[in-house]
Amino acid sequence: MNALSSAPAIATTCPYCGVGCGVKATPDGRGGALIAGDAAHPANLGRLCSKGAALGETLAPDTRLLHPMMRGADGVLAEAPWDAALDRVASGLRAVIDQHGPQAVAFYLSGQLLTEDYYAANKLAKGFLGTANVDTNSRLCMASSVAGHKRAFGSDTVPGCYEDLDAADLIILTGSNTAWCHPVLFRRMVAARAARGTKLVVIDPRRTATAEEADLFLPIAHGSDAALFSGLLVHLADAGALDPAFISAHTENFAETLTQARAATPDLAATAAATGLVAEEVAAFFALFRDTHRTVTCYSQGVNQSAVGTDKVNAILNCHLATGRIGKPGMGPFSLTGQPNAMGGREVGGLANQLAAHMGFSPAEVDRVRRFWDAPAIAAAEGHKAVQMFDAIARGEIKALWVMGTNPAVSLPQAREVRAALGMLDLFVLSENVVGNDTAACAPHVLLPAAAWGEKDGTVTNSERRISRQRPFLPLPGAVRPDWWALAQVAARLGHGAAFAWQGPADIFREHAALSGFENQGTRDFDISGLATLSDAAYESLAPVQWPVSAEAREGRARLFAEGGFFTPNGRARFVAPARVEAAGTGDFPFLLNTGRVRDHWHTMTRTGLSPRLAGHIRAPFVAIHPEDAAPLGLQDGALARVTSAHGTATLEVRIDAGQQIGTLFAPIHWSDANASDGAVGALVHKHTDPHSGQPDLKATPATLAPAPMRSRGFLLARRRLDLAAAPLPAGSWWARAALDGGFGWRLAGEGAPQDWADWVERLNLPEDRTELFDLPGGHYRTAAFDADGRLVFALLMGPAEAPQAWDALAGLLVEDAVSPQDRRILLSGRRAGARGPCGPLVCACFGVPRGAILEAIAAGDRDAAGIGARLKAGTNCGSCLPEIGQILQEARVPA
Amino acid sequence: MGLQRVETHENTPLTPTLSPAGRGGFPPYRLPLESPLHLSPTGRGRLRSRRVRGLPRVETLESTPLTPALSPSGRYAVAVVGAEQQLAYNRVLLSDVLAGKIAVAAAQLKPAAWWRDRGVTLLYGNPATAIDRAAKTVALADGARLPYQHLVLATGSHPIRLPVPGMDLPGVRTFRDLADVAALMEAAKPGTRAVVIGGGLLGLEAASGMAGAGAKTTLVHLMDRLMERQLDARAGALLRQAVEARGIEVLLEASTARVEGTDHVTGLRLADGRLIPADIVVVACGVRPNADLARAAGLACNRGVLVDDTLSTSDPAIHAMGECAEHRAAVYGLVAPAYEQARVLARRFAGEDALYEGSSVSTNLKVSGVHVFSAGDVTSGPGTEDIVLTDRARGIYRRLIVKDGRLIGAVLYGDTADGLFYLDLITNRTPIAALRADLAFGPVAHNAAA
Repeated sequence: MNALSSAPAIATTCPYCGVGCGVKATPDGRGGALIAGDAAHPANLGRLCSKGAALGETLAPDTRLLHPMMRGADGVLAEAPWDAALDRVASGLRAVIDQHGPQAVAFYLSGQLLTEDYYAANKLAKGFLGTANVDTNSRLCMASSVAGHKRAFGSDTVPGCYEDLDAADLIILTGSNTAWCHPVLFRRMVAARAARGTKLVVIDPRRTATAEEADLFLPIAHGSDAALFSGLLVHLADAGALDPAFISAHTENFAETLTQARAATPDLAATAAATGLVAEEVAAFFALFRDTHRTVTCYSQGVNQSAVGTDKVNAILNCHLATGRIGKPGMGPFSLTGQPNAMGGREVGGLANQLAAHMGFSPAEVDRVRRFWDAPAIAAAEGHKAVQMFDAIARGEIKALWVMGTNPAVSLPQAREVRAALGMLDLFVLSENVVGNDTAACAPHVLLPAAAWGEKDGTVTNSERRISRQRPFLPLPGAVRPDWWALAQVAARLGHGAAFAWQGPADIFREHAALSGFENQGTRDFDISGLATLSDAAYESLAPVQWPVSAEAREGRARLFAEGGFFTPNGRARFVAPARVEAAGTGDFPFLLNTGRVRDHWHTMTRTGLSPRLAGHIRAPFVAIHPEDAAPLGLQDGALARVTSAHGTATLEVRIDAGQQIGTLFAPIHWSDANASDGAVGALVHKHTDPHSGQPDLKATPATLAPAPMRSRGFLLARRRLDLAAAPLPAGSWWARAALDGGFGWRLAGEGAPQDWADWVERLNLPEDRTELFDLPGGHYRTAAFDADGRLVFALLMGPAEAPQAWDALAGLLVEDAVSPQDRRILLSGRRAGARGPCGPLVCACFGVPRGAILEAIAAGDRDAAGIGARLKAGTNCGSCLPEIGQILQEARVPA
Repeated sequence: MGLQRVETHENTPLTPTLSPAGRGGFPPYRLPLESPLHLSPTGRGRLRSRRVRGLPRVETLESTPLTPALSPSGRYAVAVVGAEQQLAYNRVLLSDVLAGKIAVAAAQLKPAAWWRDRGVTLLYGNPATAIDRAAKTVALADGARLPYQHLVLATGSHPIRLPVPGMDLPGVRTFRDLADVAALMEAAKPGTRAVVIGGGLLGLEAASGMAGAGAKTTLVHLMDRLMERQLDARAGALLRQAVEARGIEVLLEASTARVEGTDHVTGLRLADGRLIPADIVVVACGVRPNADLARAAGLACNRGVLVDDTLSTSDPAIHAMGECAEHRAAVYGLVAPAYEQARVLARRFAGEDALYEGSSVSTNLKVSGVHVFSAGDVTSGPGTEDIVLTDRARGIYRRLIVKDGRLIGAVLYGDTADGLFYLDLITNRTPIAALRADLAFGPVAHNAAA
C-alpha cells in the first residue's frame, strides 16, 4: 500500500441543522479534513450550506476539552484521570439519591447527541436511577411540534419527506427563515419553483431572507399563526375545498373544531384583523391553499417557540387533515427541525414527558419498558421539562445535574437565573467537547471530555425521519471518550454494569431498535425493529433509511397517513381547536424581542465560531429595529443599543431594518459571554412556556432599548485568543470576538478614554516592536505590535464612537509573513498601501465573496444574481446568500 | 549667546538692481562687460530655479525668482551684483557638497550662458559698497556705480562667530559658503579631530559632513537637545541617537568658553573646564541678517531691513527679501520664504498687485539617512493638542500640533515624506476635523478620506 495515498473519504452527516445532509470527509492526516457534500445522500444530494461547507475550519483542537477535570476542595478545576472523575460522578449521584431520592437527579441533554448516546443517558436515568428528569435542548426547539403531532396523530410522526418539496406546487413557510436556517432545503424549494412553478408563501413577522424570495409574503403579527390557519380552515369549509371522505374516514372532532374556528375567525376580515395582515394578502393566501392540491406547509421555530406553539402546530395540521393533504407526494405538514438529532432524541425518549421509543408513562408502557430493560427502579411518571427543571434546581429540589453537549447557561430563557441555579447543585457534571463555554464557567464539579463531530460514531435522524450514520474520520484526541461510554461506566459503578455492557454503538443501536419493536405490533409509529439484528458490519455500512423499518417495511417508508392509520387509540386523527389568545400588554417594555439564528452561525457558536469564513457574514451580536422605531430613539445603524427586559440586558449593535415590524426587535441567539461581553440574549428572554409542550416562548419577550453611548469604538486584531479575564479591558468596555484567518478580531467599545486603552495595552506583554498613535484630545489611540519576524501579531485601533474603524483592510495581515514598509507606514490608519481588493461583510461564505465585490460586479454591469454568480461564483454553491445578493442588486438599482 | 535663527544658510548675497529697458530712462546694462570673472564658471547665490505659474508672458522664464520680471518684451534691464567669486549656486546643497554626495559644479544654479541668454548682467566678485538713494545708484567695490530704478536687497546673513577668545585662530571656520566648504573638505580626513559648535540644522549637517569624511567629530551644543527650536524632547533624543550612531560625539548643555591654541586651533575649552582636542572648529551656531548696506543708506532696520507687504523698505524704490529682510517682525532663515518673497516681488515688477503676507516655515535636516522635518509652531502652547505617531523599530516619530481645529505645527522624524503635505495644511489653515483620524498618515489617508 502506498503510504502517501490519501485516506478514503468517509461518509458521515453534518452536525448542524435537522436537514441532516450527507458529508464526505477526507482526513488530511494533520488533524483536519476536506469536506464535501455527499452526492449519494438523499437529504442533500451533494449540496452543503455555508456552515456545512466550512466544517473543515472547525476541527480545531485548541478549544477542545481533552481530559476529565475535577473541582478540588480549593474550588479549582484540575485534570483528573477518567477513573477518578467517573468515581466522583457515581458517588455524587448515589449520595444525592440516597439523601434526596431519585427525583433530585436530572439530565439535561442535547439534540446534538447521537442516538446511541441519547439512548444510554435515557436508559440510565429513567430505568436505573429512577428519575424522569431527563430533558433536552430540543425542548427549546420543537417540543411544540412533538406535542402537536401527538395531539393530532397520537404519535410524534413527521408524515412526509423531502421529496415532497420537489413535488409540491405550493410551499408555505411559516415561522421559518429556511433560506438561512435550512439552506439546502430552501435551494430544493427554489429548484422546484424553477422546475414546476411551485409557489412560495412566507409567513413571518420579519421580512427575512426567505421572505425576499417569496411569491407572497405575509408579515404576520407576532404569535397569530393559529388565527391565520384557523381562518384558513373556515375558508376551506366555506369554499367547499375540504376532503369530506378523508375527514369522515380518518379523523374526529372536525365539526367542533370548525365551529370554534368560525367563532374565532369567521371570515377574511376577522382573520386579517387577528393577524395584522391586509385582507387582500390573506385572500391571496387562502386562494392559493384552496386551489393547490400539492401543498406542503413547513414550519419551525417561529411556530414552535411560542407560548401557544402547540396550538399553532395543530391549526396547521387541521388544514392538512381537512383537505386530506397528508402523507401523499407533494403534500403534507412538515416540521423542519433545528438540530441534527432532535429527532433521534425524540425516538429514544430523551424528553421528560416520554419514556422511551415513542412510549409514554402509561402503566402499560412503563411496565413494558421495565421488562425490556430489566429495570426495577424505572421512573413511572413524567419529569420536569427543561425550564421547569432549572426552576426545580433553583428551588433546591434537584441536587444533581448532568449536562451533555449543550450550553444552557446561554440558551435557556432567563439564562442568568439558570447560571445562578447551576451554582446551587451538589453535583454538576458537564460532558463537553470544548473548554470555556458559559456553562463550563458555572462551576461544574466534573468536566468529562466528550467526542466531537468527526470522532463520534453512531446514528442521527433528520427532519424526514431518515436515520443516517455519523461516522468518525478522526481519532479520539487526548483522553476524549464517547458520551455513551462515560454513561455506561457510571452505570457500572452504580451496580448496573450488566445492563450497560455495550462494546460499541452498534450494540446500543440494536438494543434501541429492538425496544422500538418490542410488543409493538403496529401500535407505535416508531418501529425500527427491522434494524435490530444488524451485524456490526451492516451497522457500519448502514445506508440512510427512513423509519419505520419493520418486517412490513424493510426499506423504510417515505410517507405515513395517506390512508389514515393514525396512532390514536381509535386510529383517527384528531382536529384540535386552538385556544383563544389574549393580547398581553407590554407595560414598560414597548417592544417585542424576537430571537433566532443568522445564516452562518449555529447555536452558541462553539463550532461555527471557530470558522473565519462563517465569522465574516455577521461579526457581532446585533439588534434589528424598524427605522421608524429607531429614529425617535436617535439610534443610528451600527451604533450600540442596550436592550432590556424584565429579566436581563444585552448591549448589541443596531441594525436598522425595514423588514422588522414596528414595535418589534430581533436579536440572534448565538453570542454568549464566551465571545461577547454583553451579547447573550438568553438572559433577556422570558420563560413563559407553552402549556402543552413546555416549550418556552423565545420569540416575543417584552423589551425596551436605548442608545448605549460609548466614548470609544474600534477593534482589536490578534494572532492568538487574548484572555480578557486575565487582562480585563478598561471598565465599561463592550466587546465581541470573531474568528479570522490567522487569528481573531474583537469589535470594541467603551467608556474608557484613549489613555485607558493605552494603559491596558501596556499590561499585555506585547513584543517590543510597536507602532503607536496617540491623539488623546481627538479620542484616538492605536497601536500595532510585530514579532521578531516582523509579522503583525496585534493591532488595536480605538477612536471616537461616532466613526468606528473597520478591520477589513488589516485582517489579512494576520496570515501574512511580513508587513511591507508601505503597509506598516499607514497601518494604523486602518488601511494598507495600494489596492487591496474589495471588502465589507462577507455575503457568500462558500466562496468568500464580500459585499464590496458584489457592488463592483453590479457597477461592472451585472444586473442579476446569475450574472454575479457567473462572474464571482457568489451564490452558486449553497445559495443561502442569494436573497442577500438580490437585496444588494435592488439597493444598487435605487439611487440613494 | 549668538544663537539666532540657525535654520538656514540659504540666503544669497545678491543685490539685483533693475532698470527699465530703454524707454528714455537708463540704458540697458551692458556690463559686467566681458570681465575675466565672467569666465569663472562656478556657482554663487542660491535661489533655486523655479517655475512661476500664472504669469502671462513670463512663463518661459524659469530662473531665479527674480528673472520673471524680465519679460520677453524686455521691460527691465537686470543686473545682479554679488560678493562671491562664482556664479550663483544653491546654498542649500552645501552640506551635500561637504558630505561628498554631489560635486561642487552640481550646486550651481544655472550656467553663465543661461543668464546671458536672458539678458541678465552678472556682477560677481564685486561687492556693492554703498547705496546713494538720492542719485539712485549703487557703488561697487571696483568703483563702478550702477544706476537703478528699483533696487532689491537680498544680502542674506552673516554667520555668527561666538564672542569668546580664540575665534579668530586659524582652523576656526564657519559653514556658510563654498569657500568654507572647500576649507572643511580640505581639513576633514581620517585622523582629523573636528569640533562643531551648534546643534541646529547647520551644525548637524556640518558635523555629519565632517564625520562622513572620516574626521573624529564632536558636536557641542548649548541647549539640552538638538534642534531645540524645531524638535520636541522625544524627536531630539531620537536625533541624538541617530547622530551618535554616525560616530559623532554629542555634548549637550555644553557652553563654549574659548578656543585653545596659539597659531592654530588645538582644542575647545568648555565652560565646565573640559577640553576637547581639535584640529578644526566649525562654528555653526547662528546667523544674523546682513543689513549693512541698508543701515548705511539710512533705511529703516531692526534685526533686518524692515519691509512691508509689498516688500518695500522705507524707500519705495528699494526692496528687500530673504534673510536680510524683516517682515512683520519675522526674519526668515529658510529658503522657502525667500522664494515666496521673490515670487511676490517678481509679480509686482511685472505689474501685478501681489502682496507678501508672511510664510509658514518648514525645516528639513539634510543628513544622510536621518530624516527630520519641522514646520510651524512646534511649541506646545496653551490650547494646543498633540497627535503623536511612533514606530520605535523604524525610528519613526511624528508629532502634529493642532490648535482650534487646524494644524499649526509638525515634527517628523525618520519619515519626512509627508512634510510638504503638512506644511500646506499649516499654510492654508485647513480645518482638519474631517481628516483628524488619519492626519498622522499623510496624504495617502487624506486622499482616501476625501
